[in-house]
Amino acid sequence: MKNLVEIKPGEYLEEITLNPVSRIELIKYAGASGDFNPIHTIDEEAEKAGLPGIIAHGMWTMGNLGKLFTPYYEEGFIRDYQIRFAGMVFLNDVLTLKAILEERNDENLVFDVKVVNQDGKEVIKGKVRFVID
Amino acid sequence: MYKRFIGKQSNKVKNTVERGMVKRFSEAICDPHPIFIDEEIGKNSKYGQNIAPPTFPRVFEYGEIEDLELPQKGLIHGEETYHYERPLLVGEELYCYSKVKNYFEKQGKNGLMGFFLLKRYGKDSEGNIIFTEEQTVIITEAVRKAMSV
Repeated sequence: MKNLVEIKPGEYLEEITLNPVSRIELIKYAGASGDFNPIHTIDEEAEKAGLPGIIAHGMWTMGNLGKLFTPYYEEGFIRDYQIRFAGMVFLNDVLTLKAILEERNDENLVFDVKVVNQDGKEVIKGKVRFVID
Repeated sequence: MYKRFIGKQSNKVKNTVERGMVKRFSEAICDPHPIFIDEEIGKNSKYGQNIAPPTFPRVFEYGEIEDLELPQKGLIHGEETYHYERPLLVGEELYCYSKVKNYFEKQGKNGLMGFFLLKRYGKDSEGNIIFTEEQTVIITEAVRKAMSV
């Protein structure tokens, strides 16, 4: 693992592919976050809402994406974390977390971040500004 | 309609960054890193304490905005932005509240969409802002009709 101090624009952080999305994970996230909207855990409720099945909490996916930066907290921290929710995440989807350094000036590192599913479709995307301090 | 709520804010609520909650939350986002949960690692880190993941403020309470009721179902979470002055420290107390930043409507392919922008704040006991969170929630026409607002 490289230090962030050394990373150059155009370089990726090591990407992470998650285990297929499972119901128990979403139940855990519901409990830990307090977001008990049943479209994330109960099939009938998702269907009533017009969905083909339960979908992951957008914030679960955003939370997962943050872990690309977790190994670097001794160097600095996430100052800004901006995400647009672009697509739904269903059970058994296989998600990959990506971050590429877009630009850096002094202590600011701006990354383009996204999560793509097994079909290469972006489900969330945005920016992380990591500050070396 | 929600326009009349623009500028309205909630009462402040005291929240604690609880160790057990941080552990459970970091496990739930599949990121149980020692910087979040191992006391010894936290103590020896540059922060002198364990920290919380950046999306952790999800668990806080932000008080009520008078008369504001968003639909319980059918909302679409559009965007989410966090800003931090520093990471949250396990054990610290934060005073949190929320404020309606904007509400506007746009014609979309599924009818008139309402965009509701809420900003949340977390301050330390001296009133310094430690983090903010901006959330855009989309209210579809179908949902709004069902609520008759």
